[in-house]
Amino acid sequence: MDKVQVLKERIREIESHQLEKGDMLLSALHATQELFDNSIPLEAAKAISDELDVKVERIYELATFYSMYSTKPRGKHLIRLCESLPCHVIEGPKITKKLKEILNVDFGQTTKDGLFTLETTSCLGICGVGPVMMIDDETYGNLTPEKIESIVQKYRGEES
Amino acid sequence: MKAMTILFSLDSNSLLNGAKSYESMIKNLVSEYNMSDVVEIIETGSFGFYGKGSVFQILPDDVYYIVNSTDELKEIFEEHVLKGRNVPKFLLDKEKLTLADISKLKETRIVLRNVGLIDPSSIEEYIGRDGYVALYKALKMKQTEIIDILKDSGLRGRGGAGFPTGLKWEMTLKSKNDRKYVLCNADEGEPGTFKDRLILEGDPHSVLEAMAIGGYAVGAQLGYIYIRGEYHNSIQKVQKAIDDAESAGLLGDHIFGSDFSFKISIRPGAGAYVVGDETALMESLEGKVGRPRLKPPYPTEYGLYGKPTLINNVETFANVPWIILNGSNAFKSYGTQRSKGTKVFSLIGNVNSKGVAELPLGSTLRELIYGFGGGIANGRNLKMVQTGGTAGTFVTPDKLDIPVDYESIKDGISLGSGAVLVIDDKNCAVDVAKKVARFYMHESCGKCTPCREGTRELYTLLDEISKGRGKTEYIERIKNLSQEIADTSFCGLGQSINMPILSLVDNFKDEFLGHIGASECPVGVCEFEKAKGKKQTVYKL
Ligand SMILES: Cc1cc2nc3c(=O)[nH]c(=O)nc-3n(C[C@H](O)[C@H](O)[C@H](O)COP(=O)(O)O)c2cc1C
Ligand code: SF4
Ligand code: FES
Repeated sequence: MDKVQVLKERIREIESHQLEKGDMLLSALHATQELFDNSIPLEAAKAISDELDVKVERIYELATFYSMYSTKPRGKHLIRLCESLPCHVIEGPKITKKLKEILNVDFGQTTKDGLFTLETTSCLGICGVGPVMMIDDETYGNLTPEKIESIVQKYRGEES
Repeated sequence: MKAMTILFSLDSNSLLNGAKSYESMIKNLVSEYNMSDVVEIIETGSFGFYGKGSVFQILPDDVYYIVNSTDELKEIFEEHVLKGRNVPKFLLDKEKLTLADISKLKETRIVLRNVGLIDPSSIEEYIGRDGYVALYKALKMKQTEIIDILKDSGLRGRGGAGFPTGLKWEMTLKSKNDRKYVLCNADEGEPGTFKDRLILEGDPHSVLEAMAIGGYAVGAQLGYIYIRGEYHNSIQKVQKAIDDAESAGLLGDHIFGSDFSFKISIRPGAGAYVVGDETALMESLEGKVGRPRLKPPYPTEYGLYGKPTLINNVETFANVPWIILNGSNAFKSYGTQRSKGTKVFSLIGNVNSKGVAELPLGSTLRELIYGFGGGIANGRNLKMVQTGGTAGTFVTPDKLDIPVDYESIKDGISLGSGAVLVIDDKNCAVDVAKKVARFYMHESCGKCTPCREGTRELYTLLDEISKGRGKTEYIERIKNLSQEIADTSFCGLGQSINMPILSLVDNFKDEFLGHIGASECPVGVCEFEKAKGKKQTVYKL
């Protein structure tokens, strides 16, 4: 079954939880990203538009407004580094530097091998163990430059 | 009851310290040694301690251990669990560490009454501690009786704005409509704040119970919890709690056999700080872009889908069952003249032990930072404290003894979300200001010009100063600009920018001036880029 078809079925399932019109739209976009390289491409937006009866323009507006969505395909793993002040004052900049260095990309970019996209995020609500980052749904705390290295290695290792 | 109980804290913070793997290891050891009949292992919420390592408690001995490796855990298992001897080197020193200090600090557990004491995934344990009794009691009361108790308690909103909760409930009750909603604001996004997460993950039923009480009191049948999209763990825990409460007949149709029916559903956010604003949150829940609405009309009249809506913060809700059970007088016995009850503070930054503490309103920053937090980390000196989150003020060490409550803003201390960010003397005020401005610029929703354009200009001015290219007149411009943005912006986001920026510039004016015409940052933090042709952008916008 092609991905659009899978998405449509997924949306129908999501829509069954709808209590009021529109209240499952953000959930539908989250599900879309899981299927389409962490992004919401046009074909997917069209499918959502058909299923949930919203304009494609509106889906694009949402996809660009909310920071968890992207219209461009992203890497297999999404790294979100917290850049808020509480993580910043406890050696946050060292972590930023190290991450950019070992991934060899800037914020907003994807590594050449397509494995990672590096992004920043505002506070993730786990400042008790800062500095912190998320990779996909996983959270990593008490980061040090050494720890970053081993975490990234772990993900790279899974590929080979 | 088994002879020994081992409690593992499995909140988000502890999980990151490896708590889960330690827990499974202990479980394996217990079954390996055939001790499953005598040792019980229970998962619980946070103990309120976030040092390096993972903490667990052994009962009835009432000792806390802190471990950093599986070898250490094994040693404790062999000595303490098998042979009944304490292992002093891994004991959490109650004198020096958080837990002991909290008790010295009159910690009062109203909101966090169950966090760290019960398994949040067990509805039985919640019920075992009087859970859902307040709902039972409430359903036997008149709607106005419940509201009167809340009004009399003096409870005010814990989400930042501090609006009297009882009054809000009354206004929603009075708005006539056959459809109304109860909404829980769990979009916790204020940097440095993680108390809502702790409540959702450590005691989810307390929020559900309160929402149901709210539904009955204002006449609503449907409740939504809007949880930040990034809070995966919270979403899972709350969903489990909803399912269990429905199966137990404590949510859903005819609760306790009464005429009252109430359903609760979770909706995830998708990453936008401004959606924490109640009207933006409603737009977002309706599947739209999360930009704030014009107020009035207020949500109590025209809220979600245009219907009267009761919206409260997670912490506000978590107070409600306790108040219904213990009465408004018990609640009023905590706090100050004008601010009743407790506040859950999150203590973070350059402090020895970070964590969460629930203290009576009116506690001081000194009690928090030196009592609870064990002082400044790495033997450095305290330079400033930001209270209330990013939108809060920066205060200097001479303000540590002022009681913090809803009124302390007159002394320059914001209560806000209860975040207390400790900043030591290796940090630079200009760099801090730039970070704050960047946050505003990034989170501005773009609806109104002063905020959209003003935050960008503010960031640029601070960026120039931080690169050694600033001019003296920039400092006046920064002050005027942040005041202008605050005066003319549409919503609370833009309107609050003067608080952090002005307090920084006023308190650290010399340090700002020290960046101008200088050859390097006076604190050694900012990287000056005077050299021509060497254009370098550290941050991608
Ligand atoms: C920009 C902005 C962000 C906000 N973020 C939050 C938030 O994350 N959580 C919250 O409960 N309230 C937040 N608020 C306050 C809400 O608008 C609202 O006052 C609150 O949810 C009401 O609940 P309470 O009376 O129980 O505090 C925010 C307000 C603004 C203007
Ligand atoms: S003040 Fe800022 S966040 Fe608020 S509506 Fe205006 S642009 Fe949006
Ligand atoms: S500031 Fe980084 S997680 Fe809160």
